[in-house]
Amino acid sequence: MSAPLWPGAIAAGLVTALGIAFMWAENEWEVVAVLVAAAVGAVVARRTGWLEPAARAFRERESAMNRLAILGLFVFVAFFHDDHFPLLMAGTVLIYFLVCLGLTIQFGYAGMVNFAAAAFLGVGCYTAAVLTAHTAIPHLLVLAIGGAVAALVGSILILPVLRTRGHYSAVVTIAFVLLFKTFLEVNDTLGGPQGLKLPSMQVLGWTFNENFSVAGVEVSFYMSYVLVALALVIAAFALTRRLERSWIGLSLDAVRLDETAAACFGVHIARWKIVAFTLGNFMAGVAGALYALMLGFIAPTNFTFGDSLIMVSIILLGGIGNPWGAALAAAIVVVLPEKLQLIQEYRFLLFAALVILVLLYRPGGLLPRQLRVYLPGWKPR
Amino acid sequence: MSVPVLALEGFTRRFGGLVALDQLDMTVGEGEIVGLIGPNGSGKTTCFNVLTGIYEASAGRARFLGRDITNLRAQAVYEAGIARTFQRSRLCLPLSIVDNIMLGNHKRLSRGLWFNLFRRAAFRRQFEQAFAEARELVRVFDAPLAERMFEAVGTLPMIDRRRIEICRALVSRPRLLLLDEPSAGMTEEETRELMDDILEIRGRIAGLTIVIIEHEMGVIERITERCVVLNFGRKIAEGSYREVAADRQVQEAYLGVE
Repeated sequence: MSAPLWPGAIAAGLVTALGIAFMWAENEWEVVAVLVAAAVGAVVARRTGWLEPAARAFRERESAMNRLAILGLFVFVAFFHDDHFPLLMAGTVLIYFLVCLGLTIQFGYAGMVNFAAAAFLGVGCYTAAVLTAHTAIPHLLVLAIGGAVAALVGSILILPVLRTRGHYSAVVTIAFVLLFKTFLEVNDTLGGPQGLKLPSMQVLGWTFNENFSVAGVEVSFYMSYVLVALALVIAAFALTRRLERSWIGLSLDAVRLDETAAACFGVHIARWKIVAFTLGNFMAGVAGALYALMLGFIAPTNFTFGDSLIMVSIILLGGIGNPWGAALAAAIVVVLPEKLQLIQEYRFLLFAALVILVLLYRPGGLLPRQLRVYLPGWKPR
Repeated sequence: MSVPVLALEGFTRRFGGLVALDQLDMTVGEGEIVGLIGPNGSGKTTCFNVLTGIYEASAGRARFLGRDITNLRAQAVYEAGIARTFQRSRLCLPLSIVDNIMLGNHKRLSRGLWFNLFRRAAFRRQFEQAFAEARELVRVFDAPLAERMFEAVGTLPMIDRRRIEICRALVSRPRLLLLDEPSAGMTEEETRELMDDILEIRGRIAGLTIVIIEHEMGVIERITERCVVLNFGRKIAEGSYREVAADRQVQEAYLGVE
């Protein structure tokens, strides 16, 4: 007997409505009111046990819930179809989510803390900037090359990272992200501190940076970027999920939890660390290439240690190793400071406090990772 | 006698000035259960760790079924057919029972990226078969436990964790099983139950050879045919439990009898 779908559908609908209300809110009081309503709603739903049927729907009616989540995003972007800002936010959240899917593989599964996510995002950005300015390579291919270059640059770090165990890869990656920003700032070919400009993305003659109209309705040009980002996120999400639900996911978990025991059962530690690290950096690079095209302008200040910290805190906040957690946390972490200008200055302080609170009171994150389900819907006979 | 399953010659491990394992010679024949005993710090676990590739041997050789396995990496030792348990349980506690046992089954599962990511129908068949085998194995130890395959190991009591750990070692059908103090942290009753399980499983797997480290002399007396006694890394006696228990050197070193 599989779980009914409607509690999950209601939950997805409420989250979508909440997102729209949050984006719709004009002044800060309204924003705070929506936030408080959301927090109270979540706590009440948890206390009364209403959350459980929704969680079951997510677990047992997975493909249907995935489609509902995509539908929710479509409702959101359709509602704000001619409004640049909400669509830019949706695109940014999707791009951060893409990076965090890569981090989920690296940090959540293989246990390699990567504080250089912003640097790999940056490698993708700069690759896209250089390629679109100097070559005629089709832009969809540029996205893939951005990922490949990020993976390649990441391979420089592989030797030092392999010499570390557990969380100590953090030290190596912190060094790299600091070096990377300095490198960009002193490198005149890459624009130095001023950064680089990018042209509009073009796919099959379609120029992204122009508003267009569908059946007489004017649509913001950011819509095109949101759709591309969504397609990439869907592909990366499916890949991440399949990876987790395979023997590879098991090997990665074993590498994270106990390298000695894993080695005694034939797991090649180095191989899986390299796979996880490369795959994660590839995703960050692809995300970066799209990010640069969407923003149209990039500069070294976008790729600091602080940005990497934000990405790692998304993982901690959402639930280490749970892609849905990363989606939720990415939305919170990206959009909150934009809507509440008040906290913009203090956002690092706020996120730090938030992460500490989560680790204290809900160590698994907002949506903790569940036990592995190799085959969704499968029951032993 | 045919080729011994395990033959150690002058097996030695030094940590700086400390000789943890000193010139150990030892032979284990097919189907035997051999006890490796000795006081704390006498080099028993070191012997397992060097044998399974966690540490390198400082000198000496180890042969497994005639093949030289000295200083192979841990992965290669496992592939060759030696599986072990650990003194302090090293299960992956946040993972489920299936996960933990499948980790031990690693060498019989397809590990390619392409297979795992894109050939999901084939993966499904492999999973179903491996799952059925794993559950069958757990059932030998404890039938109710076999119905809880998708629960986190961290929620299980000690005896079940030991069972899972032994299942993890057995599922890949090794020729040699190394048990490092399976009774640690368990009551006498639980220990007896676990030993029943081990004897039963041995009866079912033809030719399974076991080396067991144990402090519980009752266990040694009951399940081993022969024991090797270590003290300060050296072998001081070898023989049946009765023989070594009667040995004066062993009594002085280990049993604490004047």
